[in-house]
Amino acid sequence: MTDFKTPELREIPVVPKIQPGIMSHISPYVAKPEIQKPLGYPGELVDNWEQVAVDKLGELKGKYRSLQVFLDACVTCGVCTDKCHYYLGTADPKNMPAARQDLLRSVYRRYYTLAGKWFPKWVGARDMTKEVLDEWYTYYYQCSECRRCSVFCPFGIDTAEIAMAAREIMSSVGKGQKYSNEVIGKVLKFGNNLGLSVGAVADTLESLEEDVEEETGVKVRFPLDEQGAEVLLVAPSADFFAEPHVDGFIGYGKVFHQAGISWTVSSHAAEGGNFGLFVGSYENMRKVALRIREAALDLGVKRIVFGECGHAWRVAYSFLNTLAGPFDFLDPRYPVPQHICEVTYDLMQRGVLKFDKSQNDHMVPTFHDSCNVARASRMGERPGGQFTIPREIVKATCNHFVEMSPETLYDATFCCGAGGGTLTDELMELRVKGAIPRMEALKQVMDNKRVTHMVSICAICKSQFSKVLPYFDFDAEMSLGVHQLVSNAIILDRQDRGEGRSNFEKG
Amino acid sequence: MMVFMTGLFALLFYAATAILLAGLARKIAEYWRTPSPLKIPTTPAPTTRTAVVFRMGREILFFESLFRADRWTWIFGWIFHLGLFLVLARHLRYFTEPVWGWVALLQPLGKYGAFAMVGGLVGLWARRLLVDRVRYISRPSDHLMLALLVAIAGSGLIISYLTYTDIVAVKVFFLGLMRIDLGHLQILPADVVLFAHLLLVIALMVVFPFSKLLHAPAVFFSPTRNQVDNPRERRHLAPWATEVESSAKK
Repeated sequence: MTDFKTPELREIPVVPKIQPGIMSHISPYVAKPEIQKPLGYPGELVDNWEQVAVDKLGELKGKYRSLQVFLDACVTCGVCTDKCHYYLGTADPKNMPAARQDLLRSVYRRYYTLAGKWFPKWVGARDMTKEVLDEWYTYYYQCSECRRCSVFCPFGIDTAEIAMAAREIMSSVGKGQKYSNEVIGKVLKFGNNLGLSVGAVADTLESLEEDVEEETGVKVRFPLDEQGAEVLLVAPSADFFAEPHVDGFIGYGKVFHQAGISWTVSSHAAEGGNFGLFVGSYENMRKVALRIREAALDLGVKRIVFGECGHAWRVAYSFLNTLAGPFDFLDPRYPVPQHICEVTYDLMQRGVLKFDKSQNDHMVPTFHDSCNVARASRMGERPGGQFTIPREIVKATCNHFVEMSPETLYDATFCCGAGGGTLTDELMELRVKGAIPRMEALKQVMDNKRVTHMVSICAICKSQFSKVLPYFDFDAEMSLGVHQLVSNAIILDRQDRGEGRSNFEKG
Repeated sequence: MMVFMTGLFALLFYAATAILLAGLARKIAEYWRTPSPLKIPTTPAPTTRTAVVFRMGREILFFESLFRADRWTWIFGWIFHLGLFLVLARHLRYFTEPVWGWVALLQPLGKYGAFAMVGGLVGLWARRLLVDRVRYISRPSDHLMLALLVAIAGSGLIISYLTYTDIVAVKVFFLGLMRIDLGHLQILPADVVLFAHLLLVIALMVVFPFSKLLHAPAVFFSPTRNQVDNPRERRHLAPWATEVESSAKK
């Protein structure tokens, strides 16, 4: 880890002039063989790795239309170059989306196009070399796969798709990232990203029950592996104990309790997160997702609900049906899966949940749209529900609510700076600099509208903000979750109608 | 001498047409048969196929995403493409007899189209040279392509306004090529500017399927724009993914 100076936040954001190479010293720890092997990857760089890499690129572009189309379609118009938070925060030109894509595209051109084979220098084509591999390793882990570039590209080119392919190629020749690959290994072994044993999860849930009863006087249950529960809750494992996440987890429990919905966590699938997404590994992403299907079948639940996690929700909403479906054994009256915000919003609208907004009067919150939720998912029936539903919950539980600048929200939201496998200590300089656009937007409403807290529905955003806010002299405890606000304001007055039956049935 | 030039251009146009059509067909077939195993539309995204058609329509007609991204690039880019459309449409009169109704209607707009092309291209090229971020990502082929397009539009304007040419003879030549009437091909007028214009167009046709101009067919296949956002409602499965599933079944 290197020392670095936290840059100043500016009143008016500035698109910096390029500073080539300025982030070339930053890359994450490489995975050791014992982390690579369980995922089916070589333990270290294989002998003919250049050929293996080029072949793998060929294989991937034959399996993913996105990769093939995006490699051909870029016209280097450059309108993406000022859209990436990592470029805006670091000024390293290889963090500009088109330039980041070109690290791979140049190799694609060399081996798979006529122009690249015959006139490489004219079309920016390169041989696959060790320098190129190291450059890929540096810069493809300086992408959080947030898709902001794909919003503005005239062709919808998504750098995330290219980063995923590059990471899969690198893992396949033996150069994987320790963080993401280790986490995948933990889920496959323990059922969650953190390597928590069943006993540890059980203890955590039990102490939550005690805490909540002590605080509210109400026996809110947090069940584990309960057969026949109506809802299987799949939350990011950080929700079990990290701050501020756990306060949101308590909020989920209160919502289910008040609505009389029986629910359970599964030790086999105690993880919403799916790091298979980050490394572009269909096989590993599928293995992780299948645990949820297995748990749902095993426990005989009728619904699957995901907690507040950004990329988990992307995988859940966009891919779960593909990877682990069909879900014809679940209640067809509910979408599979649902987001906890969809559940809470629906209950709110039907008058099942009541809130005392004054419980949140000490706060003036603003809402940060998390990238995967904003640009890779939906909530509710209509496009854009992923923006309105969480905000409606905030407005229903708080008397104050302020929006940041719209150019930094909705589908143009700025990544928190630590998504896509970059939430590690050794990438702290990247995380702090990448957070700058969001921090500047936040500072504006803190200064002008007296905003005190920033609310999000992503475990990575919550962790990143807690860690990074102090670098800018902001309070780490400014970072909150939506269901934390719910937990504060919800009125728990349900008469006990018995366990195992849902009192409020949909239409 | 002119017989030789005529024969040479005939050969070059046949070759260029074959390369352009075969090259495009190959690429389009490749995009068509490559599966999209996961639902990845950039959200918020349309939830019905009809709405997707509208989304794609707004992109190709109005460059919607580009409009949001950078107003100046949109202005120069859109004006160039509008000009290109007008010029191409108007050029149809050289390949059709009788001339189609709507082409005849567009006739007066053709020259504005040419100026729009040059204006748009010059604006885009200036940006590519002057903005450090865009300069950084530019390859020699990007500049060459701009030069080629400016030269085509420019030489066309020179023919139209300065040097003129026996345009009727040019049309008869092309009609003869299309009817493969090789025994009676019209001899091309001895015009240097005309030859330059035709040669540059041939170069463009040959380079097209190997260049970034593939963005034209590619945009229709972009999954982030052409997919329906309905993964929960309908199970989306690519053939190879189905295979992964059935081979993994216990």
